[in-house]
Parts: sequence; structure tokens; C-alpha cells
Amino acid sequence: MATPRPVVAALLLLATPWAAFGQPVPTDWKQIAKPPLRAFQPVSPRRIALGNGMVIFLQEDRELPLVQATLRIRGGSREEDAVKVGLVSVYGQAWRTGGTRKRTGDELDDYLEARAAHVETGGGLDSTTVSLNCLKENFADAFDVFLELLREPEFRPDKIELAQRQLHTGIARRNDNPQGILFRESAKLGYGAASPYARHPEYATIDAVTREDLLAWHRRYVHPGNMILGLVGDFDSKTMETTLRKAFASWPRGPAAAKVPEAGTPATAPGYYFIAKDDVNQSSIRMVHLGTTVDNPDYYAITVMNEVFGGSFAARLFTNVRSKKGLAYAVSGSVGTAHDHPGLFSVFTSTKSGTTAAAIDALYEEIDNLKKVPPTSEELQRARESLLNSFIFRVDSRAKVLFEKMTYEFYGYPLDFLERYPAAIEKVTAADVARAAQKYVDKGKLAVLVVGKAADFDRPLSSFGPVTTIDVTIPPP
Amino acid sequence: MIRGALLAGLLVLATGARAPGQDLGSFEKRVTVKTLANGLTLVVCERSEVPVFSFFTHVDVGADREVPGITGLAHMFEHMAFKGTDSIGTTDYAAEKAALENVERTYAAFEAERRRRVGRDEKKAAEAEAAWKGALAEANKYVVSNAFGEIVEREGGVGLNAFTSSDETGYFYSLPSNRLELWAYLESERFLKPVMREFYKERDVVHEERRLRTDSQPVGRLLEQFLATAFTAHPYGQPVVGWPSDLLSFSATDALEFYRRYYVPANMVVTIVGDVRASEAVPLVERYFGRLPAVPKPEPLRTIEPAQRAERQVILRETAQPYYIEGYHRPDSRDPDDAVYDVIGDLMSSGRTSRLYRSLVRDKKIAAGASGFSGLPGDKYPHLFAFFAVSTPGHTPDQLRDAIRAEVERIKSEDVTDEELRMVKTRVKANLIRRLGNNGGLAFQLGTNQARYGDWRELFRSVERIEKVSKADIRRIAEKTFVAENRTVGILESTRLAGAPGPGGK
Repeated sequence: MATPRPVVAALLLLATPWAAFGQPVPTDWKQIAKPPLRAFQPVSPRRIALGNGMVIFLQEDRELPLVQATLRIRGGSREEDAVKVGLVSVYGQAWRTGGTRKRTGDELDDYLEARAAHVETGGGLDSTTVSLNCLKENFADAFDVFLELLREPEFRPDKIELAQRQLHTGIARRNDNPQGILFRESAKLGYGAASPYARHPEYATIDAVTREDLLAWHRRYVHPGNMILGLVGDFDSKTMETTLRKAFASWPRGPAAAKVPEAGTPATAPGYYFIAKDDVNQSSIRMVHLGTTVDNPDYYAITVMNEVFGGSFAARLFTNVRSKKGLAYAVSGSVGTAHDHPGLFSVFTSTKSGTTAAAIDALYEEIDNLKKVPPTSEELQRARESLLNSFIFRVDSRAKVLFEKMTYEFYGYPLDFLERYPAAIEKVTAADVARAAQKYVDKGKLAVLVVGKAADFDRPLSSFGPVTTIDVTIPPP
Repeated sequence: MIRGALLAGLLVLATGARAPGQDLGSFEKRVTVKTLANGLTLVVCERSEVPVFSFFTHVDVGADREVPGITGLAHMFEHMAFKGTDSIGTTDYAAEKAALENVERTYAAFEAERRRRVGRDEKKAAEAEAAWKGALAEANKYVVSNAFGEIVEREGGVGLNAFTSSDETGYFYSLPSNRLELWAYLESERFLKPVMREFYKERDVVHEERRLRTDSQPVGRLLEQFLATAFTAHPYGQPVVGWPSDLLSFSATDALEFYRRYYVPANMVVTIVGDVRASEAVPLVERYFGRLPAVPKPEPLRTIEPAQRAERQVILRETAQPYYIEGYHRPDSRDPDDAVYDVIGDLMSSGRTSRLYRSLVRDKKIAAGASGFSGLPGDKYPHLFAFFAVSTPGHTPDQLRDAIRAEVERIKSEDVTDEELRMVKTRVKANLIRRLGNNGGLAFQLGTNQARYGDWRELFRSVERIEKVSKADIRRIAEKTFVAENRTVGILESTRLAGAPGPGGK
């Protein structure tokens, strides 16, 4: 079977191979004609760099009378002070709900909801965001709110308290859901407990956040030099450019955001970890060690390897652990990648308490096989075709194309990073995948965490090695 | 999901220039409906910017057709629809078929012994089980696991998945548009010649899904108990995933019987949205799906939930933090007052201007979130309008209950304001537009409306009905519905209630 390249597809117009009604259907799917895919070139947004360092992307999409905007501002929770973890979450909520100098958050709610418009703020790992979504007839009104929030946020104390109470709720409830415990605690095993990529708020760190902290954060980060703004929707981009230049061009650049903190070497030794949870009949299991970054030249080999290992219906983990052994509903695994810090190699499943050890054995078998049994040519072919044939879905809306470009701009990647993807995937060989498996998967470095009810296990976890029990008692306020 | 939020009539929106994709007129030009001779309905919506398409196959059967002993079977069959056909997923179908028949024979013998209530012979049961396991091993020799999903994925398919609800079963994925004929082949074959290979392993997988979503989650445990209490006669009281005993017992033979009865073309609506032309898709679907034998549509479900006579309550005492839910019986989604319930749901729940947010979250500070909504657990039949709230630390379900009841009483005793009603109607219209911009979402909405109401245009018309809802309607429906004897309460009470830390915002 040929490997079609969807985006650079043949230019032939769609032939009409459909046979007339009544003709017998093929007995084998391979007999079915596959006309070349119609040529398709995704529409790229227009990039505008202002003199003050702000970058704007404009993507017209006239299908529906809507406008969507996303402003991404450098600086996020990984830059928080360790004694104030959660600051950016409080900031992300209270920024919008706390209102502006002119209007309270409640007044903004009424004003926007009367127009079915949304302007929202949020805090994330590496950035904060302001987003807008409205009917185009309401753009001017919604954009006023957007600008007010940027220029004169008020962070009224009642809404800071409300945000803190919401975060308290998350803390109080964080041990109720086994998957929540598993992913939170295993991240600390993979990155180290104090790592900015794994730490989490406590009552005390939330309570330490003051209004002055939020204002200081805003003064420090919210400057054009740290901003990337993307708009998609029903507008004329020339007119929109004029509007945006008027709004932003005179704003001074401001100081640059802080440098990305190191992910750090894992502070935790590999081994077996256990968290007791008695109100479940299923164990949640995750094995982790550090992964790598998207700009690693091996990224494409890793992507193909992930597809073979854990990324699909036909992947080894799904087929062997789920379909053949019937051990789990949820099973997945991959070498994780992030744009500017390492992801985690992670293998995850959940299985009834009585097959906990059997499931660990099954995951180990697949991890061992990843290194011992390189992908067959059939597996490789399948993985490559799947990635290439589905590539068009990475660019099947103008909004998706916009967000891809904004992502590359944010992390300093080439803006055509995605366009290079198909050719790079096509070049991946079985040897590349085998090499990637040797280099990025190391069973000896894995921290294996099990959350569950030990009394019901088929074999004690200690039959695998020494076990460290983690106490997840929530420190009281 | 409330239907009202999905739908909205854009004809009413007063803007000058019309974008191409937003109103009923534009959809009239792009949507084709065709009912095949065997009763299957096809909906095609042309949306051609990108050479891809999405589809949604709606089958009008969910857990609603299950009876004790086979609860979970609709969902089980949904899983089996990914296991291939007589030509996909096998190395030798003739041999596999014989082996699978032997699996069923030996399983029936084992089950008969295992479930024998009087005079069970343990030795005989063990032998029967061993015979069954031997038969399974023999049948597994011919299996190519996940061959169906592998074809879809290698051809560029994304989002390959399905769901089963109390009302219906849905199958969907997206493909590049030059794979339309391949899709027609795969989607028709899976419902024409399903094979129950790996059935008993998949039954274990489904049981793990039950442990994941229900047994090991506080909300899952609460909802299962709550629904089983709220419905005494109607299958809405049974969990979609099935009771554990049934998941340990039902057979591939049971699944095929269920399939033969309910997976008939008259029960299916197939919707395609994307870069396809109706002139090509219609003959193609006729050719492939026309092979499904015409069978009369199953007779409608007989059981109707009787009127509730007394308030019911279920309390779970657990170490998890509290939840509160209360539900009131309401009519099905085809009821003339359906739009009124949609308006009440939106008014109570939507965003930071909603009544429950402002009362429970903002002012009383006792909840992290609260909402009121229709559609629990489905809406094809009379179901529940429910209020649900999540407490903040230190606050109890009783406090949540009292605050919800105060809002419910308010909606019964006072007219909503003009501003609130206008806000709801504006939001419903805007939210429809927001949902018209992707193939998969459109396929789901057009297909569901076609199946449920016999006309995809209902997607747009329902907005006109919401536009007509008055303040008096809201009070009338609230007074009729929100009464004590029509209520079921579900409480998760914490035995380790978190303290109430004072927020430190200075």
C-alpha cells in the first residue's frame, strides 16, 4: 500500500470511482479504490510584529459570525515562589472576577452575559491567558473589557478570597479520586517533589497569596514584549490590524519574563511506591522517569515509537494488556515530550485489585519488548501511515492552524515546524525507533507507583522490591 | 447536555451580513436526507473547506432495552463492534466460527452449573469451566486483535470511538475525504457481520471500566445509588455499564440476540458531514448499507415510570468529601414544555450570572460549583431534572440542600426578571452558532435530532420555542415539577469532613 501524503496530495481532481448502485461490494477492504486526496493548503494566519515586541496573528474565518481571541503572556506557575504555590491559579481567577478599576467582576459578568460574550483569564504552567469569544457584532464591547483587564485590573479582595476558597476545595478533595492521586504523586516521583513541574498548592501556600502579590505579578509580566495575541473569526484583517495597533502599539515593551527554570534531575530514587486507598476495588498504576523535549532531533523517531507502543488501538499496550489479557480498560504509555522542558516517560493502567501484580508484570513485559523486539516492518508501516494520513486533522480548521503557530512563536520554534513534520516522519526507520527505545526508555530508572487496596492484591508489591509508602495526608490549614 | 443549549434559531439574530454557515436556510441548501428501502436514514451535510469528513452512526437502542440479567449488554455490544467482521480480524473465519460456537456451548454448560442454586457439583463446575477455557484458547488462535481499529487508524482515521447511554448508542470517527468508500464498507460491515471474538476478555475490560468509573469514584457510587432510587420501574434506574453479576454472566449469544433485535436499519441514522457530495455519498451508502436486511423497528418500550408518591432519599457515608444531588421527574424531550425546562436549566446554571452560582458559590460561599439540568440519565423518556452541588471545605450537604431549595422556591414564587430571560435567550442563540463550526459536532447534532424528532431541522426550530418561553411558563413548570413528593435526594456525607480554613486574602 502506498503512503499517501495528505497535505501535499496529488493535484488530480476527485475522480468518481463510485460504482453504480446494485453492483456487488468488494469482499476485501484492500480492493476498495482510494482516489488521491484533493489538494489542500491550510490557510496560515498573518503575523504582525509590533515595535514593542508584541506579536499578533490574524486568521480570518468567515464561516460563522464569531470572533475568538487568545492572548498568551509569558510567566506561569513554574515561576512562582515555593511558599506561594498556587499564586498563578489565584491570579488567573481573580484577574477576571476581581474586575477592573471601572467595573466590578460581577458587573462585567452581567455586561458580557447580556451579549452572550466571554472574556476570561487563566493561569497555567508557563503563561497566563486572556481569551475572548463573542458574536462579531459584540466585538467592540468585548474587546473593551479585554483591554480594561489588561490595563487596570483591580483584584478586589472578595474575589481573591473566592478564588482561594475554590483552590481549598481542590485540596480538600484531592485524595478522593484515585487517578488524581496517581498523576499528582507520580509527577513528583518523576520530576522531584520540589520541581516546578510537579509541586502543588497546600492550604498554607494558597493562604500566603496576597492582593499585593497579584498586582506585583501583573506589573512584572503583563507587557507587550511578553505577549502573543491570536485572533480567528469573522473580521477583515486590515481593519482588525488597525484596531489592534491602536490598542497596543504605544504600550512600552516592558521587562522580559524570567528564564525557564530547569526541570531538575529527579530527586527520588527509582523503585516501588505505594499509596493506600481503601474505598476502591481497582489499583491505579503508573511508572515514570524523565522524558525529553519536542525540539530533540529524535522527536520523530519517538513519535513513531509511541504510536507502536501505546498510542492507538493497534498499539502493543492496548492489544496485549487490554484486548488479549483483559486486564484493563485504561492503558497507555509514551515517552512524553514538552516544548521547553522534558516530559515524562509514562506507562499507566488501572486494574482490579486482584490483578495488580499481574498488570505490573504485563506492563514490564511490554517495556522489555520495546527494547528487545524492535517494531516489525508491519508495525512501522502502520505507525507511519497512521501519523501521515491523519496529519490533515492537525490543520483541519483555521483556528487549529492559528493555535499551532502561536505555540511555535511562544516557544521560539520555527513557525513552519508543523509543515516539516510529514517529511520527518516519513524518514523514520526501524533502526531509528530501536535506537530511540534504547535511549529514552530505561526500566532501571522507573519509579513505579500503585494506588490501591493492598489487602486485595494478588501478590504483595514487595515481591517486586522494597516498597516506600507515601503518606498523602493533607497538611491541615 | 441540555438540548436547548445545542440548538438555536439563528434566523432571529439581527445582524446585517450573513456568514455562509449559520442559518437554517444555509443548511437547507447543504443537507440531504435519504431513507433507504431497508429503513435506514442517511443525512449528508456538505462542508467542503478541508478534504475530510466525520460521521455519526446513531442506533436507537441503549441501556433502555435491558432487563435484569443483561444489564450492560448494549454497552458490551458497542465494545464488540470494534472487534471486526468475518473478514477483518481473523486468519480463518470458517474455523474461527466453529470454535466460537464451541465457546458458547461450553460456556452455557459452565454457567448452568455455576449458577445452579441447589445441588451444585463443584467438580463438574470446574470441569465445565476448564472445557470453556479450552474452547476459548482454541478460538483465540484465529484472532487478529484490533484489526478493525488498525485499518481505520492507518488510513488516517482520528477520534475513533463510541458511546452508550441510557437512550442510544453512537459510533463516530473522522477520515480524509478520499476514504469515503472505505468508510462505507467498514461501517456497514461492522453492523452486517459482527463477530463475537474475544467476547469474554472484553467483558473483563468492561468490568474494569465499571470499577474505574463507578466503583472507585465517589460520584460514580452516589449516582448509581441515586438513579436506582429515583426510578422504580423504568430502566433508567439501571446502570448503563451494568450490574456486576450481569457482567460476570451474560454471553456472546446474549449479545448477538440483542444485536439482532435492535441493530436493524430502521433503528439507525447515519450522518456524514464534511467534504463529501450528497450525489456521491447517497449511492455509496445505498450500495453498502442497503445490504442490511430490512427488519421491522422494535416496538416501543412499554414501561413508563409511574408517578412518584413519596419523597425518597439515599445517603452514602464515606471518607470522600460531600456531594449533594436532588432530582425531580419531568416529561421526555418531546414534551411541549421541553423548552421551558431548558430555560430553567440555563437560568439556574449557566455561568457566573446564574442563580445557583450567585447564591451558593458567590454569596453563601458553601459550594465550589452548582447546577440544575435536564437529561438525567437520558431524555428520550420521562427523566429527571436534577440539581447538583459540590461543597467547599467544612460545609455540609444539608447546607447545599437548603440553599438549592431556596432558589427553587424563588423560581416558583417570583417571576424571573426581563433581563435574565433576555440573557438566556441570547445565550441559547449564540451557543448554537458556536457549535456549528466542526464536522464531528455537526454530525452528532444533526444525527441526534433526525433520530429523536425525525427531522434534523429541529436543531434550529427548538430555538424558536425557547424564544417563546414566558415568565409565566417558568413559574407554571417550576410549581408543577419542584414538589416534595416528586423528589429524590442523593447525599454523600463525609465521615472526614475537611475543616473550614479561613482564606488568607488580605
